[in-house]
Amino acid sequence: MSFVDQAFGASPQALSILSKRSELIAANLANADTPGYKAKDIDFRSALAAAKNERAGSMMASDKMHISNSAIEQSIGYRNPTQPSMDGNTVETDREHAAFMENSIRYQASLNFIDGKIKSILLALRGE
Amino acid sequence: MSLFNVFDISGSALSAQSVRLNAISSNLANAEVVSSSEESAYRARYPVFSSALEFAMDDQQGVGVQIDGMVESSMTPRKEFSPTHPMADEEGYIYMSNVNSVEEMANMISASRSYQSSVEAMNTTKQLIMRTLNLGR
Repeated sequence: MSFVDQAFGASPQALSILSKRSELIAANLANADTPGYKAKDIDFRSALAAAKNERAGSMMASDKMHISNSAIEQSIGYRNPTQPSMDGNTVETDREHAAFMENSIRYQASLNFIDGKIKSILLALRGE
Repeated sequence: MSLFNVFDISGSALSAQSVRLNAISSNLANAEVVSSSEESAYRARYPVFSSALEFAMDDQQGVGVQIDGMVESSMTPRKEFSPTHPMADEEGYIYMSNVNSVEEMANMISASRSYQSSVEAMNTTKQLIMRTLNLGR
């Protein structure tokens, strides 16, 4: 397992953070018309730094009533709106679209890195 | 896996926006309805959106949308003097609905844009999941 972990570097953690982020941004887009909804996002830098430290074995939430202490969830924050609206909603659809697009490109980049690693490991194993 | 939650969240947005579109088309269809008293005049209906918090307990930070209920517009219906109209009251007045067609059209554009962005989010997520499944092929 440690060999696989080392081979892929930070990409698996990046993938899980990016997929969480795409969930948050999809929720922001879904709630674009909900009065009082506050848009959320993940601080990628701190989430990745915390996810790297988490590997060694940390406490986990085993029940859905537990307060999660996972690295990703601690890096979630509220977005600062540039144009707040009267109903208290802080979603700016254009920004969320841009963020969603950027996030999916980053996700695909991480997938490409993992894919390349898998291909080179397979090549080494086959010895062709 | 969080990517699958996107389908729940965006799906809830799709159903909420389609309820909104339904309400708008009902308002537009009834815009020209005439009645003989102020109480029975058609009033524009709007859905009230709120975040669906039951998801939030389930180790999931993103929340979907739900419809809390419908509200009727409190604007007073337009009163018109038309004694020859078959629906006119004793004083010769008819009461039109309080639907503002221009407002409804703008509302419809907003609803369809929101619907589109949720569909787009679902499509992109589907592509990401398919690419993840095809890793190493």
